[in-house]
Amino acid sequence: MNPENYVILAAVLFTIGTVGVLVRRNAIVVFMSIELMLNAANLAFVAFARMQGNLDGQVIAFFVMVVAAAEVVVGLAIIVAIYRSRRSASIDEPNLLKY
Amino acid sequence: MTAPSIDFLTILPFIIVGGAAVLGVLVETFLGRRARRPVQLVLVFGSLVAAFSALIWQSGTRSLEVEGALALDGPGVLLMGLIIIVAFVSAMLLAERQLDPAGDAFAPRASALPGSVEERELTARGYLQTEVWPLFLFAVLGMLLFVTSTNLLIMFVALEVMSLPLYLLAGMARRRRLLSQEAALKYFILGAFSSAFFLFGSALMYGFAGSVDFAVISDALAAKPGETTLVVGGVAMISVGLLFKVGAVPFHQWVPDVYQGSPAPVTAFMAAAVKIAAVGALLRVYYVAFGGLRWDWEPLLWVIAGLTMIVGSLVAIAQTDIKRMIAYSSIAQVGFILMGVSSASPQGLQAVIFYLIAYSFTTLGIFAVISMVRDASGEVTRLDQWAGLGRTSPVVATTFAIFMLALAGIPLTSGFIAKFLVFEAALSAGAVALVIVGVVASVIAAVFYVRVIVIMFFRDPVEGGPRVAVPSAFTTLALSISAAVTVILGILPQPVLDLIEQAGVFLR
Repeated sequence: MNPENYVILAAVLFTIGTVGVLVRRNAIVVFMSIELMLNAANLAFVAFARMQGNLDGQVIAFFVMVVAAAEVVVGLAIIVAIYRSRRSASIDEPNLLKY
Repeated sequence: MTAPSIDFLTILPFIIVGGAAVLGVLVETFLGRRARRPVQLVLVFGSLVAAFSALIWQSGTRSLEVEGALALDGPGVLLMGLIIIVAFVSAMLLAERQLDPAGDAFAPRASALPGSVEERELTARGYLQTEVWPLFLFAVLGMLLFVTSTNLLIMFVALEVMSLPLYLLAGMARRRRLLSQEAALKYFILGAFSSAFFLFGSALMYGFAGSVDFAVISDALAAKPGETTLVVGGVAMISVGLLFKVGAVPFHQWVPDVYQGSPAPVTAFMAAAVKIAAVGALLRVYYVAFGGLRWDWEPLLWVIAGLTMIVGSLVAIAQTDIKRMIAYSSIAQVGFILMGVSSASPQGLQAVIFYLIAYSFTTLGIFAVISMVRDASGEVTRLDQWAGLGRTSPVVATTFAIFMLALAGIPLTSGFIAKFLVFEAALSAGAVALVIVGVVASVIAAVFYVRVIVIMFFRDPVEGGPRVAVPSAFTTLALSISAAVTVILGILPQPVLDLIEQAGVFLR
């Protein structure tokens, strides 16, 4: 199958992730959308690696997975801390900082 | 297959800072509560001094290290040195525990609910958070890697190593925890969002060039000038990621919230060191990798620099909170820095580095003063509460006034020389319109800087207002260093300018 299709799929997934971050209210769902964006980038890397005929892209995908895992740890810690003090995971509710 | 050749001596600064950060984590695990703080302080200050010495020792080398993944070139080494010094001064602010009667600037336990019985008990027993120190060192390591990385993968990893600890540090304030946690959430969501853009941009550049190395990308741009879809998308998305980190308009929304919500010492570190690291990375990406596309990104940077200066200055006028006002002023300062970046010349590079030196020390000083002005409930950041501070604490208020004048760019302060150099670089690159916008923005910005001075010196002190807490040697020293650098760079900038000139340009 033509690897270009995978690049297009990656772009579509990235766009879905972006829209998810912009429109969803639950912090966990927003966070999942960000993970979707990172994984879309991974898919693009692997597809391009196939098209370019070298392995760099596949190795990069491993690095990105590790970084994404670290990001999950930090992100969930912050979201859980907010949830415990506010009893809500909505990203619209913390609105003390404005103007 | 051959093993990669790594000269461990030349990358000693990274090893020292990274090793100390890992040791710090072990200290948290194995040492008793009482022993942790002194050990961590020795680790932090010791590793920063050792890393700086190693950097000076190796500063003669101009080479690409670790199979070409790190560039220890003139500007890279200079920015590393600057980051280490700024981190050292920030560490002094973080180590302060005399200002708050309850302890330092951090919550005794980040997981305890704000205002809960558990938190009150821990505070009463004098618990101090020492996990901030390893986090701090990891952030410093990320910054050092960020300004020296020569490929997009290392740059992405460095970006995350720098940012992840900062997201956590932003959320750990002892006072006003809800604000602090909100700042951490906003910083995290928007930061992760922008680094996803950076990563997808890197993927597109990889698809175009077949490598994430800056040198290969630059060659590919020269060899295949026609293929534009991947290049335009890649450059745009990488730019979004980096411009977010420096806080340029239209990616500036997080700056005021995060600066206001975080504890003042963390804000100082974030405002000074992250800006150096992010601008350093931006310079390297634009000058080394995308140098061939200069005619395409220059106009884009002009527009962003102009917008950043104007929006930052105008919105800062309307602020009533001093931390928020400084945040918008820092956005405006980023506009001036980007003006230097957009000139795409060695002169512009030197001007930007000087601007970073001047700006970072002034900012450290500002937040040192902000952390000292307090009442029983913590820092007092409402601007009208600062009225009459010049009469009750003349020395501190005068120092603050010097910092304000430096940010406004008044002669005899570092800010004047910095602005002058940036304007000069932009003029010789032919960006006359941008320089005019910059001058107008400086005039607008002077309004709110001078207003702070007027409020401090020409208004009567408010009843029950804040007072300036007496700091320990840490903050006093940090404040003195910042003030000294701000004034000395304004009067005698030549030695520093010579140093920057010697550093030369980026290797590729």
